[in-house]
Amino acid sequence: MAHDQDPIAARVAEILAAHQGLEGPLLPILHALQAAFGHVPQEALPLIAKNLNLSRAEVHGVMSFYHDFRAAPAGRHVLKLCRAEACQAMGAEKLAAHARTSLGIEWHETTRDGAVTLEPVFCLGLCACAPAALMDGKVVGRVDEARFDALVAEVRA
Amino acid sequence: MKIYVPRDAAARAVGADAVADAVLAEAARRGLAVSVVRNGSRGMVWLEPLVEVETAAGRMAFGPVDIADVAALFDSGWGAHPKALGLTANLPWMLGQTRLTFARCGVTDPLSLAEFQAHGGLAGLRRALAMVPADIVAEVTASGLRGRGGAGFPTGIKWKTVAEAGAGQKYIVCNADEGDSGTFADRMIMEGDPFLLIEGMTIAGLAVGATKGYVYIRSEYPDAIAVMTEAVVLARAEGLLGASVLGSGKAFDIEIRTGAGAYVCGEETSLLNSLEGKRGVVRAKPPLPALHGFLGRPTVVNNVISLTSVPIILDKGAGYYRDFGLGRSRGTIPLQIAGNVRFGGLFEVAFGLTLGEIVDDIAGGTASGRPVKAVQVGGPLGAYFPRELFDTPFCYEEYAGKGGLVGHAGLVVFDDTADMLHQARFAMEFCAIESCGKCTPCRIGAVRGMETLDRIGRGDTAAIPLLSDLCDTMKAGSLCALGGFTPYPVMSALTHFPDDFSPLKEAAE
Repeated sequence: MAHDQDPIAARVAEILAAHQGLEGPLLPILHALQAAFGHVPQEALPLIAKNLNLSRAEVHGVMSFYHDFRAAPAGRHVLKLCRAEACQAMGAEKLAAHARTSLGIEWHETTRDGAVTLEPVFCLGLCACAPAALMDGKVVGRVDEARFDALVAEVRA
Repeated sequence: MKIYVPRDAAARAVGADAVADAVLAEAARRGLAVSVVRNGSRGMVWLEPLVEVETAAGRMAFGPVDIADVAALFDSGWGAHPKALGLTANLPWMLGQTRLTFARCGVTDPLSLAEFQAHGGLAGLRRALAMVPADIVAEVTASGLRGRGGAGFPTGIKWKTVAEAGAGQKYIVCNADEGDSGTFADRMIMEGDPFLLIEGMTIAGLAVGATKGYVYIRSEYPDAIAVMTEAVVLARAEGLLGASVLGSGKAFDIEIRTGAGAYVCGEETSLLNSLEGKRGVVRAKPPLPALHGFLGRPTVVNNVISLTSVPIILDKGAGYYRDFGLGRSRGTIPLQIAGNVRFGGLFEVAFGLTLGEIVDDIAGGTASGRPVKAVQVGGPLGAYFPRELFDTPFCYEEYAGKGGLVGHAGLVVFDDTADMLHQARFAMEFCAIESCGKCTPCRIGAVRGMETLDRIGRGDTAAIPLLSDLCDTMKAGSLCALGGFTPYPVMSALTHFPDDFSPLKEAAE
């Protein structure tokens, strides 16, 4: 497939070229693909496999092992709520129930308007200002229901 | 005028960026020359954002500062104000600590190599450069430093194995996959004093003959990744890293790698597989990573706090470090106090404080004001301690003797609203979600554990012996600590809080 005819393949080829020479390059490549596309396109897997002299199954096996890599695009914003013990001690389960009810979705799902994908996360290292959340990579602490609603309203605006 | 507003993630999570902007805007409005330094955190998370102002008497602390306070703080000339706390150095939280590893954290600009050196940075490395490798290893061994990631293995002995593993490419791998809930010491030191980790890894490289280091940081720590990445670039530009470390002719370089959301990659062999670009599956030991590690080469895998404790050992000598602590737990440990506490944060102190001193005196009890019911020590694989065990001194062997573990020294406090059956079930659920799948006791046991705890929750007490039996199997038969230690929170909850596992529970409520 000629690269100029397929923008995905062209971008994948660029990313593969940028990671030549690394020891153990597969995770950095998958992170770069997710950063570029918002997910890891399935079309990229055989290209990675060929480049790294792996089987396609091996690449798929690695990608699917890690919680971070998604095979399909997420919503416009990704909200990760901490479910771990320190946040539990400060009411994270009640907050998570509020989040799922108010967004009308379960974990790993995206709201109908495509605005927010809700993901669980196990510890953000913000255990002394719990409950904690990560909105599009931005840390938020001491999240109560009001603060959660404000966070969601802000990205939906 | 110099004003410090932390850039630590915990400070940013509660509004430090907006406060820093507000300080600059207010200063501009008043025509005042103010420079804002984004320092690390002092570890008093309940006071974040903790703003400090440099004065002739020392640094004055104000906190927790809200953007609404900023104008009034300027009006007061950063003097008398309800948020004024006095000299930072005189706050009880600071006075009670022995800050060896965290000495600079929160004091300096984390990305200023000049400030790092002005505050004692690189002294350990400079001394190491003048020593033969075997003497560096001997110094670390003599200090009594044990792995701070949780296993508590003597750091010097690990280094010796790698040093004696013959010639050829060797590696230093820093385990910064700090996944345990209630722990944030690695994150804080990487964000607050990144050159210290670079210094520690470089010393490790000199000691064992490794020229390449990797820092594997979990993806849940975007701020730490950003700071470490920038620090490595600066260190290369200044000749601290590269072909000739500080002009010594000895090479060492570091690469930052990002994890991908798998808790099990905090286990050293899973981490190595992940670093190699494989599934983060546990490897059977032996062979030890020290002999057969990254890409099959001899590799030191050390936790962030182990490596950041090395520079002071080389600077002040093994004896200085060893003189702190109790029994076989030498030196200091950064306690991370979290969950339902009045005063949460990082408190570095010599080993040996009792759990009661930590929870009641330092943490000030619960944030909710309710009685403390349980304290989980050492992350999601650590035991739940009841008040009856609050006399346990904070040391490796003493905790093991009580059916628990020090782990990475995180403490999560729960008040009396916690349901320990629920916490036990969560431990099994977490193990089921995060199991790498390689060994059966962990992969299947965790799922069966959830089901069994659900039976107990429905009032089927006949399932309790089954749960104990399952925990024995997981403990004895799992390949790594994930399956092997999940029984700690489960069995400690069952042993110390039997009422929560009784069918009378619901009737009583």
